[in-house]
Amino acid sequence: MGEVLDVQRTGKYFVMSVTAPGIAERTQPGQFITVGMGGEESSMILRRSFAIQRVQSRGMYGGTLDFVVSPVGKGTHWLTKLRRHDPLSLVGPLGKPFTLPTKPVTCVLVGGGYGSAPLIMLAERLRDRGCRVDTIIGASTEEKLYGGLELKRVSTSLTLTTEDGTVGIQGRVTDALITTLESAKVDVVYACGPMPMLASVAQVSTAGKVFSQCSVEESMACGIGVCMTCVLPVIGDDGVTRMLRSCIDGPVFRGDRVRWSDIGTIPEGTWGKEAARP
Amino acid sequence: MTGAVTLTGNTTGEAHLSGFDLRAIVGSLELNSPILTASGCAAAGRELDNYFDITAIGGIVTKSIMLAPRSGRATPRMAETPSGMLNSIGLQGPGIENFIENDLAWLQQRGARTIVSIAGGTVDEFGKVAAKLRMAGGFDAIEVNISCPNVEDRGQVFACHPDSAAQVIQTVRRNSDNKIPIFAKLSPDVTDIVEIAASVTQAGATGVSVINTLLGMVINTTTMRPALAGVTGGLSGPAIRPIAVRCIWQIRNALPDVPIIGMGGVRTGHDALEMILAGANAVCVGTSIFTDPAAPMRIQSELEQELRARGFTSLLQAVSYAHRDVDHVMVTNALTEVSHQSDDGWDFISE
Repeated sequence: MGEVLDVQRTGKYFVMSVTAPGIAERTQPGQFITVGMGGEESSMILRRSFAIQRVQSRGMYGGTLDFVVSPVGKGTHWLTKLRRHDPLSLVGPLGKPFTLPTKPVTCVLVGGGYGSAPLIMLAERLRDRGCRVDTIIGASTEEKLYGGLELKRVSTSLTLTTEDGTVGIQGRVTDALITTLESAKVDVVYACGPMPMLASVAQVSTAGKVFSQCSVEESMACGIGVCMTCVLPVIGDDGVTRMLRSCIDGPVFRGDRVRWSDIGTIPEGTWGKEAARP
Repeated sequence: MTGAVTLTGNTTGEAHLSGFDLRAIVGSLELNSPILTASGCAAAGRELDNYFDITAIGGIVTKSIMLAPRSGRATPRMAETPSGMLNSIGLQGPGIENFIENDLAWLQQRGARTIVSIAGGTVDEFGKVAAKLRMAGGFDAIEVNISCPNVEDRGQVFACHPDSAAQVIQTVRRNSDNKIPIFAKLSPDVTDIVEIAASVTQAGATGVSVINTLLGMVINTTTMRPALAGVTGGLSGPAIRPIAVRCIWQIRNALPDVPIIGMGGVRTGHDALEMILAGANAVCVGTSIFTDPAAPMRIQSELEQELRARGFTSLLQAVSYAHRDVDHVMVTNALTEVSHQSDDGWDFISE
């Protein structure tokens, strides 16, 4: 059981700081938590998943963590109305984290909307390893950008893009990514954001022969690998496409392995597709 | 729950102070606890073992396995509903051979009691899956998921027709070791669930598992299309619990000696007790695992407290207890005496 320490509004989002003893200490960048909705007698039976933005050790509270909420539905609205000392049911840390390079290489981090949240912790770890970290974050408009100040502090350079031009370069993160990949040698691209953005980032990176790791956002019922709702088509080392679980096989996948344009379908040739019946 | 363990019902009291007798008897299947995982909500136990000791509950009912590997349906596969959810997974799974090699082997090595749920698109497929399992061994019982469309009969669901349900059970029985208990998992989407229960038990099922999900549908009002890629889905969760309790009650009432594994929206020990009182010999925890990964373990200890609070000294005493005004039902409790015939001196939990 966690406890709410603080709820801060920032643009269109809310940053929740909570106590998470036993979770915060073990969290690696790219991992997530699931949060129980509406208290014990709630009619919302499914937990919601959130990427972990940062973990801290705060004296009397033990481990604490921050995550970002975009209030879009009943559950997330309930969550943002919680106040200091309200109890919160947390499970985590869940999922496979971003893989970190062993050498001090050049990294580009790409975040869309509040998908930039987990990049903060990632950037810190990469800088600790001596990596160069060029970060690009974007959104449709300024209020939907997230984490600019913190990312500026922890990155070697920060580029902002908005589709409406309210701040930074007018356009999309992929436009800035193409420019970056053309102007310097990049070893790895890390990305988190909406699926169409990840699809473009993966495509651009793979076309530029750069390894990419993308943290996907799929709707999940359990978050722990038992319900099979969060699957997407991913190509394995053997070249065979399988429907993998975002929660336990991901959420971080190799960009060149996810069949982005086939998400939401079972593509031809997928393992077990033959046996599927209408 | 504090204070719930205070006991006033039995003045001898000694049995209460020692370990509570949670032993469950489900036909020829004897378990240390009545709490099982529900098929499709626990995969093959491995993931849940990170959240609680899976050998400490009654057992694991694995996700329904078919003959060949299966990719399942497209996404979205899930939609939340009031106190429940719809799912339309399409039985994604590795196929029986991979299952035996990896999942069943792991469960056996881990020492978990295992009920293997099997599925098929034809009667023949059910038989082949059962035959592979007989060859492999290393499990305690089979649950037959007859809520699959019969590809040889215009996609009619086996579970909805007494004859096709019986045909599947006969075939599984014929292809299984005589000593292996077989449970038919029944769909509540039928006019008379007792008729199906009678039909499958006559066909050789040891008992029945009730209930499977109910068919439901949600429209996404943003896309203005069905929310699930599979259009319809199975409704589960606390929303369906009263239907499950009704089905258990009806079957127990009509078939006093048929072993029943109850399931459908069990979230607490109190909910499990309700099913046991209605006639369930064991209880599966399903969708609640998604809400709380350690739910089976929690529900098991809550159930023990609920039973103690009502003066029971064993689980077996409570099975079908809600039927006690109906004369013939007490037969199922022949193994133990029901020590309390009146409510006097009971210590009920106040809620």
